[in-house]
Amino acid sequence: MLALTYDVGNIWLDALLGLLAIVALMTVSTFMLIWLERKIAARIQMRLGPMRTGPYGLLQTIADALKLIGKEDLRPKTADRWVFELAPFAVFVPTFTAFVAIPFTRDWAIAFLDLGLFYVIAVTGLSFVGFLMAGWASDNKYALLGGMRAAAQLISYEVPMVVTLVAVAMVAGSLNLSEIVLFQGRVPLFVWQPLGFFIFIVAALAELERQPFDIPTAESEVVGGPFIEYSGIRWSMFFLASYTGLMIYSLLGAVVFLGGWEWPLGTEAGLWLQLLLIFFKTSLFIAFFMWVRFSLVRLRIDQLMSYCWKVLIPLAFLQVLLNGFVLVYGWPDGMLLVTSGAGLALAMYIIYRAVDTEPRELRMVPARGGGSSVQPATADATGFE
Amino acid sequence: MTVAQGIFYLIAALAVAGGLGVVLARNTVYAALFLILALLAVAGIYILLASEFLALVQVLIYAGAITVLLLFALMLTRVGDLEETMVGAQWPLAVVASILLVGLLITTIATSDWPGDADGMITRIPFETLGEALFRQWAVPFEIASLVLLIALVGAIVLARDEEGDVEEAE
Repeated sequence: MLALTYDVGNIWLDALLGLLAIVALMTVSTFMLIWLERKIAARIQMRLGPMRTGPYGLLQTIADALKLIGKEDLRPKTADRWVFELAPFAVFVPTFTAFVAIPFTRDWAIAFLDLGLFYVIAVTGLSFVGFLMAGWASDNKYALLGGMRAAAQLISYEVPMVVTLVAVAMVAGSLNLSEIVLFQGRVPLFVWQPLGFFIFIVAALAELERQPFDIPTAESEVVGGPFIEYSGIRWSMFFLASYTGLMIYSLLGAVVFLGGWEWPLGTEAGLWLQLLLIFFKTSLFIAFFMWVRFSLVRLRIDQLMSYCWKVLIPLAFLQVLLNGFVLVYGWPDGMLLVTSGAGLALAMYIIYRAVDTEPRELRMVPARGGGSSVQPATADATGFE
Repeated sequence: MTVAQGIFYLIAALAVAGGLGVVLARNTVYAALFLILALLAVAGIYILLASEFLALVQVLIYAGAITVLLLFALMLTRVGDLEETMVGAQWPLAVVASILLVGLLITTIATSDWPGDADGMITRIPFETLGEALFRQWAVPFEIASLVLLIALVGAIVLARDEEGDVEEAE
């Protein structure tokens, strides 16, 4: 991590050290996160979780990784060789490169980019290609379905994500992640923009394909989706990319909405305190994402889509509109809090109404060409209409 | 040769390889994937020209959103649908026409008197200036463009809906 504070002089050496720092950070954090996720799952389900390998099962993930590396790298006979083998990289590389722009403390980042926020969004948005490649090349209908679902979900939820981040960038007046942190100063942004914060969390969950949005990889529907035919090292690359994504979105959320490395209420924080703060704030996101994972059930794909397009996107635009009022008419922050809070209440009410709706008759379209129409069952129709 | 030149040639080679792949690949999914490679390489060239904003837009919109449509359409159709190649009887004419076009483009680019940046220096335009120009100076054309796109979007949905209705009526 020396490269981050220290001018090494040689630009290539600097880049190499930065790269090594990312790889080390990614690997260590993934190992820790997998262990943590299993422990949290166990806690929520009143189990112990991994206990045998190392103290409190800490070495379990390393044992699992060794097992995965030792596994045979299988490829179905009918799979498309090149696309199948390159797909893990197409998922892995975009999430990997997103680390470059994220500032960990005031002076520590691989690169301080003027367009840092935009860069992270643009780069992470590329990972859908890998899911589609994996789904298509596996020559397996479940994989293809999963890949299609993944791409549709990633593209759809990118819209509310980008719009809320635009709302943040509007008031901060910058796309530079460090400047967004400095702008927040005494009071982090989630206080003033609870609606934007909420939309960010939901969209991040969907972008990460974590429960309740794990529709592309749903075991009971598409048996693992795009990863169905993968094993060994390539499968673990998908896994690694997934946990790196968790890390990226948590860091991004901590930087953009929780004030990054700053101590709230505006005390100057030293380097170690800054590191501790960003670690703590990121952990909050990670813990929340894991908590949600083991508390909520999976949504159906039409619910997922209608929730995105009919609820989240209009609300995200509402947040942009409110921030526009702040900029143009100079509304005080308190006014923003009240209006954005009202928007959040509206979002909560919509969810409540959708959950509370009685199961009602769903109009079923008869299968194409089939003589007998499907009996209209009392399926629980989506309430987001 | 400076480092920047080396990087340029590397990226340019990638872009050309991607472009050739799009044209030459028999498999249409390969062609679409090569298109992503070509678009990303072009984004790399934008970065070399110090237009980071343009590069990121290229990545987000062209490589990240437009190609998803192509991939969706291609992956949901059978690969074998396309007959071997699309070489018709007129291919010599096509070759001549393309060579002429390439020659014309190269001579135009080489002989034109480019204002400003022709001295090899890159003028960096901060994206704030870009935003000002787009949303202040050219706000009306921008809004018209968004409106046209919106109408196209709604129109596409209406057309698709109509077809769905026809199917139901036919049954």
